[in-house]
Amino acid sequence: MDSSAFFSLRLSLQVAFAATVLIIIIGLPIAYLLARKNFPGKEVLDISLTLPLVLPPTVTGYYLILAFGRNGFIGRYLYEWLDWSIMFSWYAAVLASFVVALPLMIKTGRAALESVDRNLINAAYTLGHSEWETALKVTLPLAQRGLIAGIVLSFARALGEFGATLMLAGNIPGKTDTMPLAIYSLSASGDQEQATGMVVLLTSVAALFLYLANRYSRRIF
Amino acid sequence: MGLSVCVNKQLKGFTLDVSWAIGDELAVLFGFSGSGKSLTLQLIAGLMKPDSGVITANGTIYFDGERHVNATPQQRSLGYVFQDLALFPHMTVRQNILFGAKGVPENERSERYRELTETFYVAALENKRPSEISGGQKQRVAFARALMRRPDVLLLDEPFSALDTPLRIEMRAFLKDLRKTFQVPVVLVTHDAGEAASLADSIIVYSGGSVIQSGSITDVFNNPADERVKRLLVGQEDTLRTFCKRH
Repeated sequence: MDSSAFFSLRLSLQVAFAATVLIIIIGLPIAYLLARKNFPGKEVLDISLTLPLVLPPTVTGYYLILAFGRNGFIGRYLYEWLDWSIMFSWYAAVLASFVVALPLMIKTGRAALESVDRNLINAAYTLGHSEWETALKVTLPLAQRGLIAGIVLSFARALGEFGATLMLAGNIPGKTDTMPLAIYSLSASGDQEQATGMVVLLTSVAALFLYLANRYSRRIF
Repeated sequence: MGLSVCVNKQLKGFTLDVSWAIGDELAVLFGFSGSGKSLTLQLIAGLMKPDSGVITANGTIYFDGERHVNATPQQRSLGYVFQDLALFPHMTVRQNILFGAKGVPENERSERYRELTETFYVAALENKRPSEISGGQKQRVAFARALMRRPDVLLLDEPFSALDTPLRIEMRAFLKDLRKTFQVPVVLVTHDAGEAASLADSIIVYSGGSVIQSGSITDVFNNPADERVKRLLVGQEDTLRTFCKRH
């Protein structure tokens, strides 16, 4: 395999890590809100954030272009104020992976947080602990296994993201060609040897992460 | 010292409307399952909000519907022992008990921890997780944790229901001893007449969300207010007769 394969591998890992960090920072609090709070529009929020799980990634990508494209309802202001557009950059790949993988964190995280025994949370409250302290010391540690599963699944989904990334970041060699995109290009151009090498590499990396995650989550209790 | 509860709470297909007050004593909320006993404890603890009424403990208003006072569970000085004990499975016995030390000055914590673990015979278990100790030991850890903050009121929601009979009798004796050391009003929820008879200073009988009789266990046994109270005592005559003869 040539250096472009390793560039694609590094880019894919970089994009998946960045998207996963965003998913933890943004997805975990959303999962907590959905699991533990009642507020108007709760189910609408859940459905909107879960839609990318069932929509074709190209449709999600299309929505993202409507929002973040140079004429999009957010993108136009970014371009106007910062003279910058996210389109066709590796940030776009991160955004696409984030949106597509977020539902896995929200669904798995919400289920894990909802499964924490209500009495344990109530016990912490009656012992004088605030909701924040209870979340940190009781709810999150007890939901840890499910939360880690959500993070791992999100990472794996981000690593394999193709459709929305293609729509938003394009397939620019040496810039936005993550492994799935590079494999597609190689396969389409008939370079089966190189494509097979990258397929094996991507599969091995994904399997390694899943193995490590399984091993770690079993050790928690 | 005392606790006064006058609350109304409407739930789907059930209305709780009760009013009672106790002094520095052990009061038993007695009645069939679903009569509103545990719900009353949750309202006292602030885990649910009454629709109206007043709850005061030792002169502090915990809830007053008219004056829009509703203290959070964290602001109420209560020790709550849950039916399933609610010990944190990811913490050791020591961590569980010290989790109850919120607000206790740092320099008093270790002394109070030592006292409680000795009183409750759990000092040797401090590094074990709840899954590694017996049912009776879990009970004692739950009591120690609930008393760590020296609460104004102790709420016990059928804490012995999961234990087998010999251990339940042992724990009742233990609770009696405990009352001598920790002089606080205690509200114990149970549907076991024997338990009520052996522990209660006073008894408050619940049925369908209302209080149908209250007084001493002897009064309730000798003069049941109506058929519902009689039904609650069916099958418990021997236990109660023995108890009433002794008092």
